[in-house]
Amino acid sequence: MPDTLLFAMEATLNGLTAGVMYALVALGFVLIFKASGIFNFAQGVMALFAALTLVGFQSGQIPFSHLINAIFGTRLHHFGWNMPTLLAIPATVAVMILLAILVERFILKHLINQEPIILFMATIGLAYFLEGVGDIMWGAEVKALDVGLPKGMSDTVDELTFNWFGYGFFIDRLEIWAAGIAAILVASLTIFSQYTKQGRALRAVADDHQAALSVGISLRFIWVLTWSIAGIVALVAGIMWGSKSGVQFSLSLIALKALPVLILGGFTSIPGAIVGGLIIGVGEKLFDFFMQPIVGGATENWFAYMLALVFLLFRPQGLFGEKIIERV
Amino acid sequence: MLYREAGDFKTSYVADSQTFPIKFDRYGYYFILGFAFLVMPLIINDYWANSIVVPFLIYTIAALGLNILIGYCGQLSLGTGGFMAVGAYASYKLMTAFPDFNIVFVIITAGLITSMVGVLFGLPSLRIKGFYLAVATLAAQFFLIWLFTRTGWFYNYSPTGMISAPTRTVLGYPVTGPRASAVSMYLICLSFLVACAWLARNLTRGTMGRKWMAIRDMDIAAEIIGVNPLMAKLTAFAVSSFFVGIAGALLFTVYLGAAEAGEAFGIDKSFLVLFMVIIGGLGSIFGAFAGAFFLIVGPVLLKLLLVDSLGWPTDLAAHLEIMIVGALILVFLILEPHGIAALWRTIKQKLRLWPFPY
Repeated sequence: MPDTLLFAMEATLNGLTAGVMYALVALGFVLIFKASGIFNFAQGVMALFAALTLVGFQSGQIPFSHLINAIFGTRLHHFGWNMPTLLAIPATVAVMILLAILVERFILKHLINQEPIILFMATIGLAYFLEGVGDIMWGAEVKALDVGLPKGMSDTVDELTFNWFGYGFFIDRLEIWAAGIAAILVASLTIFSQYTKQGRALRAVADDHQAALSVGISLRFIWVLTWSIAGIVALVAGIMWGSKSGVQFSLSLIALKALPVLILGGFTSIPGAIVGGLIIGVGEKLFDFFMQPIVGGATENWFAYMLALVFLLFRPQGLFGEKIIERV
Repeated sequence: MLYREAGDFKTSYVADSQTFPIKFDRYGYYFILGFAFLVMPLIINDYWANSIVVPFLIYTIAALGLNILIGYCGQLSLGTGGFMAVGAYASYKLMTAFPDFNIVFVIITAGLITSMVGVLFGLPSLRIKGFYLAVATLAAQFFLIWLFTRTGWFYNYSPTGMISAPTRTVLGYPVTGPRASAVSMYLICLSFLVACAWLARNLTRGTMGRKWMAIRDMDIAAEIIGVNPLMAKLTAFAVSSFFVGIAGALLFTVYLGAAEAGEAFGIDKSFLVLFMVIIGGLGSIFGAFAGAFFLIVGPVLLKLLLVDSLGWPTDLAAHLEIMIVGALILVFLILEPHGIAALWRTIKQKLRLWPFPY
C-alpha cells in the first residue's frame, strides 16, 4: 500500500478522534439551544471553569486566595490536602449546578422575551465574566489535570495496524477513551430525555414554551435543569481537553471551534453535533495533510469555518436541523 | 431650562431636518468640536494621548463601522479584527510600495480595499442570517489572520513577520513612525473620526440608512416594499468595512507603529468592538462614542485604582477587569438593552420638560 494512503488513513483516524472532542463541546450548545433557544456562547468558558474547579478541588487550592492575599496581605495558597478524584468530580458537578441556578436567577429570568441576539450577547458577557471569575478564583497559570485516564500512544492500535499494513498508526489512548465517554454521554442523554419525567418535560419545552407552560411545566426549573446538564457536559469536555493539553485559557476557545460543528450538524440535533464534529475533525486533518505542501501549515485555524461557510450557502439549516420557514 | 424646544421654531425643511434640531444640542456640539480641535492640542501630552485619547478616537471609528452593520442593518459580524488587519496591511503595503503617496490617501485607500474584502465576506449574508452569519464572519477573521501571518508578501518578507510603519508627514509634521508627536497623532485621528462620524450620521438618516433599517427590522417585509436586499446588505458591509479598515490602518500606522496580525488584530479585538457597540447602544452614532469611551477609559481607571493606588498585582487587576466588563455587559443588557445611548435619550426626554413636567 502506498505511504501517502497510509498517512491519509492515519490522519483520518486522528481526525475522527479529534472530531469527538469537538462534538463533546458542541453537545452542550445543542442542549441549551434546544431547551431555551439560547445560543450559549459561554459553553467553552464553562468547560474551562469546570476544569479549573476540578483541578482546584483536587489540589486543595483555596478559592480566591490571590484576591484575599491582595486585600488582606496574607499568604494563603492551599488547604494542605488533596481531594481524591472521585470526590472532586461530584463537588465540581455541584458547583456547576450552583452556577446554573445563579445564571437562571440573575440573568435568564430578566431576559425573558428578549430577542435571540440580545440573549446571545448576554452569554458573551457571561463568558467574559466567568473567565474572570475562574482566573481570580483559581489563578490563571497553566495547570495539569490528571483524573487517571490513560495517556500516550495506544500500543494496541499501533500493533494491530502494524500487522495489517506494516505501518503503526499513532492514536492517543486518551482520545479513544474520549470517544467511549462521548458515546456513553449521548446514550445516557437520550435515555434521560426519552424515559424520564424531567426529560420529557425538557422535550416539551423545546417543542413549545407556551404549550409546556400551560400543562404545568415550570420553565424556570427546566432552564436550571438544562444549564446543569450543559454544565456537566462542559465538565466532561473540560476533563478531556484539560487532560489532553492542560487547563489553560485556550480551552475556552474550543467554543469557537464548536460553532462550525453546530452549523454542519444543525443547532437542534444531538446526532447532528456528533456527525458534524466528526466531519470537521476529519476534514481539517485531511485538508491540512494534503494542502500543507502547497499553502503551508496551520490551516486548522480557519478550515472549519470556511467549510461551514461553503456548506451554509447550500443548506442553511445544517444537515439535521429543522427547516427554516420564514413568514412575514 | 436651557434644554427645550419651546420657542425653537423651524420655518423651513432645511432647518427641520438638521442633525441637531435642538439649539442646546447644536451649541454643545459646536463647543465640543471647538474644544477638541483648539484646546485639546494645547493640553494633550504623551501619556494621555497614548493611553486614552488616541485609542478612544480610533476605536470609535471601528465602533461606528460595526454599529452600521449590526445596529443599523442587523447583520451580526465577529470579523472586525480581521477587517482591521486588512486595513493595517493594506496601508503598510501602500506605504512601502508608494513612499510619496500622502498618508491621508493611503489610509483612505486602505479603507476602500477593506470595504472590497468586506463585500466579499458579506456575500453569504444574502443566504444566511443571525448566528449563522456570525460564524461565517468568524471564517473571515481566522482566514484573514492566517493569510497575513503566513504569506510573506504581506509583510514584505521581514524576518520577524512584523510590519512597522515608516515615518510619513502631513503638512510637514510627522504623524507616523517614532518621530510623531502626540499632538499630530491626536489631530490626524480626530480629523478622521469627525469625517467618519459626519459620513455615518448622514448616511444613516438618508435613503441608504432607511433601507438598512428596513432590512434589520424585517428583511422579507423590506423586500416586498421594494428594498433590494442585495444592495442594502452589501452597501452596509462595504461602508462598515470601510470604517473598520480606516480604524485598522490608523491603529497600525499612527498608534501601534508596529504590529503582528495574530496579536494586534485577534478575535479579542472583534469582541472588544462588539462590546463597545452593545454597551454604547445598537443603532446610534452617539452610542459608538459612548461605548468606546467606556471600554477604553474604564480599564485605565481600574488599573489606576487597583495597581497604582492599592498596589495589587497587575494580573489580578487584569482578571478583575475581564470580570467587570462581562458583568457590565450583563447589567446593561438586563437593565438597558439599548445601551448608554438609550439612557442618554431618556435623560434628554426628562430634561425637555424639566422643571415643569406637565
